[in-house]
Amino acid sequence: MSEKSKKPQEIIQTIDYKPPRKKWMDPAVEFRKGTFNYSASVDKLKYLDLPFPRKWQPTEDDWQLPDNWQEIIHKGFKDRLNKYRSFRVFMDICVRCGACADKCHYFIGSGDPKNMPVLRAELLRSVYRNDFTAAGKIFGTLAGGRKLTVDVLKEWFYYFFQCTECRRCSVFCPYGIDTAEITMMGRELLNLVGLNIDWICTPAANCFRTGNHLGIQPHGFKDSIDFAVDELEELTGVRVNAPINKKGAEILFVAPSADYFASPHYYTLLGYLALFHEIGLDYTWSSYASEGGNFGLFHSYETMKRLNSKIYMEAKRLGVKWVLGGECGHMWRVIHQYMDTLNGPADFLEEPVSPITGTKFENAKSTKMVHIMEFTSDLIKHNKIKLDPSRNDHWKVTFHDSCNPARAMGLIEEPRFVINHACNHFFEMPENTIKEQTFCCGSGAGLGTDENMEIRLRGGLPRANAVKYVHDKNDVNILLCICAIDKATLPPLLEYWVPEVDVGGIHEMVGNALVMKGENERATDLRGTPYPGKEGSENV
Amino acid sequence: MNIVLSLLAVIILLLLAFIGVDVAGWRYFFGVIMPMATIIVFILGMVYRVIKWARSPVPFRITTTCGQQKSLPWFKASNLENPYNIWGVLGRMFLEIFFFRSLFRNTKVGLKDGPRLVYGSTKWLWLGGLVFHWSFLIVFIRHFKFFAEPVPAWVLALQNLDGFFQIGLPIIYATDIALLAALTFLFLRRVADPKLRYISLAADYFPLFLLMGIAVTGVLMRYFTKVDIIGIKEMAMGWLSLSPTVPEGISSLFFMHLFLVCCLFIYFPFSKLLHMAGIFVSPTRNLANTNRIKRHVNPWDYPVKLHTYEEYEDEFREVMKAAEMPLEKE
Repeated sequence: MSEKSKKPQEIIQTIDYKPPRKKWMDPAVEFRKGTFNYSASVDKLKYLDLPFPRKWQPTEDDWQLPDNWQEIIHKGFKDRLNKYRSFRVFMDICVRCGACADKCHYFIGSGDPKNMPVLRAELLRSVYRNDFTAAGKIFGTLAGGRKLTVDVLKEWFYYFFQCTECRRCSVFCPYGIDTAEITMMGRELLNLVGLNIDWICTPAANCFRTGNHLGIQPHGFKDSIDFAVDELEELTGVRVNAPINKKGAEILFVAPSADYFASPHYYTLLGYLALFHEIGLDYTWSSYASEGGNFGLFHSYETMKRLNSKIYMEAKRLGVKWVLGGECGHMWRVIHQYMDTLNGPADFLEEPVSPITGTKFENAKSTKMVHIMEFTSDLIKHNKIKLDPSRNDHWKVTFHDSCNPARAMGLIEEPRFVINHACNHFFEMPENTIKEQTFCCGSGAGLGTDENMEIRLRGGLPRANAVKYVHDKNDVNILLCICAIDKATLPPLLEYWVPEVDVGGIHEMVGNALVMKGENERATDLRGTPYPGKEGSENV
Repeated sequence: MNIVLSLLAVIILLLLAFIGVDVAGWRYFFGVIMPMATIIVFILGMVYRVIKWARSPVPFRITTTCGQQKSLPWFKASNLENPYNIWGVLGRMFLEIFFFRSLFRNTKVGLKDGPRLVYGSTKWLWLGGLVFHWSFLIVFIRHFKFFAEPVPAWVLALQNLDGFFQIGLPIIYATDIALLAALTFLFLRRVADPKLRYISLAADYFPLFLLMGIAVTGVLMRYFTKVDIIGIKEMAMGWLSLSPTVPEGISSLFFMHLFLVCCLFIYFPFSKLLHMAGIFVSPTRNLANTNRIKRHVNPWDYPVKLHTYEEYEDEFREVMKAAEMPLEKE
């Protein structure tokens, strides 16, 4: 991570919101270390049957494109214009008012004018005008048209893998033009000529084969869950049951795989396990559908559908009544906005009802999948769990709305409700940086690689800066979030910009605060950090 | 360059009308053929574009949610920012179309020492846009008086309201001033902000200059020179009744105004001005966020290659067995 050797001040000094004198229509991209992602490995592309697998890297001059690459893209472009009204309309109606310009975290952190959402879209739009509109065909550049050259294609690759599909710009656009939609189309077109990045295709291929991003095989998955059960017993003195692939369970629980193999996600997993045990939930994990996340969303419609299909197929095989989903951001974009359409109807499931409170989750009656924030806030509202928020008194918390739950669902008050019952010290970041205006972690949509670190640090600046604000003002020392990518990528970001702040999940806080029947007096929190006055205790 | 070319284009259009009418004497062309062709091109063009949009389906429900969802009863759902039924959608669209709701949210980012990012509210674009669109609409409606005899009472009422301040003779319409001021602001904004100058195409300046040309020629006719209003009305009504005539005595200034209006409406369906229709069909705004309540069907959905549980178990049966995990087939 040599990019991290750049000091924060050095990065700040390079940010200039004034664009260069050169016209944007002249494509010129420099693939500088730290600002792009490596190409996808050949065997993963083959495993997913994706087109034109080959060895190449963005830094090379020759990308070994297929001979008829222009024709392929032209056809793919046309095909997508005919399939997506959003795409066609967004190609036609932008007035370039500039409202979106400074809403993108990558623009704010880099000053690169082509990170203004309007220009990111113009990269495609210029080719659209040239190839598909009368004005562009007659007036060419004068009408804003551009021929699709190799340089333009390289620009697409650079900038469509420098957008996290967070949709913040779409909130401010007077026509609701959604750059995520544009980026998704751009990436699909790139895929048609075999231009993919590894951080998307490898997790996708792994997930297709083993059920999760890391390629953990079923026994490894079971080991991880069993290990967590043991650890939770050590921490609380309570032995919980965590069934896997159990037929006839009432509920299938699907979480992002990072929850059982990465930190600090892991503490959230402990929180889920404790909670489900305490309320006596009849549920099961699945090793086959052991991934809630879906990197297909960052790749293409087909890949998204292929990966997502497992959840319903497994729910059907296991004979559960409905599905509960863990803390994850883009997973919930897929589940909320796509799953039912992609792989439904889920007519073999029942409308979700909480077995503990009897609450009907009417907002999920068709998709039959409930967000754990909805589930837990319902438990709290009905006093079905006992929470002792003082067990989180060592944390002064703030909450980062993840892009997708905020802007693709509107899951805004549920997490706050749970935090307010599990923690005593909760402070909001400034209003332009939360809720529907929340800033991306800067590493979503498959861009969270080490090789892309400089761009990540730049893109994460607005988020980190808002965290710094509450850290300075309220001594906030933990940033809570409900997204696995956040939990993976915010720690290095904060370490760089606001070193004194940790990252955690909301169910970690729930797990800390949860008073369990038969538990030992907690000497530590779920991280094993001793509570004040309990430092010498045996459970440490 | 884009600015100069756009300005030049509008000047050429003005000259074309002037020379065409005053020198060549093509009064019938500019007074009858052009306007009637414009009406046809505009209507057919818009229909064509909207049909083209309509023919592309909406495969997914991709609402951008800007407020609390409807989930559990004790969370106050925001129907206008995150619609959960048709009323919410209509309300959201109404606010968007008539009051530019999303633009009202606009902020401006600043990087201060520290480093500290600050976000200030900025409503200038919202205000400028709103003033322009509303005054243009009112000016447009005021022109209905040329197309109906007697002039409908509501058009007269609107006209009286517009001249409410009773300043000047002829009475100055507030919208004439507002329209010119807003256009000037929208232009200056594009030039003054380096980011905007950078993204602006000729297609952004051209309509502004065209509109300015229309407004200026209109203002000149109303306040500074005399035009034959009766003759103009006779001509305008002729277009609609399909019995067109070109009365004598209509000044070339009017033909220049009319020609620019024709150019604007011909240009309309083939340019960014389409946003007028587009705002109604934008899927992130005109769909309710009822994704998990009601199934949305993708008309072009097709089967893809899946990895079934059976295939999965076949590959991992041995390790699953060793780990004592339940199996379908032993």
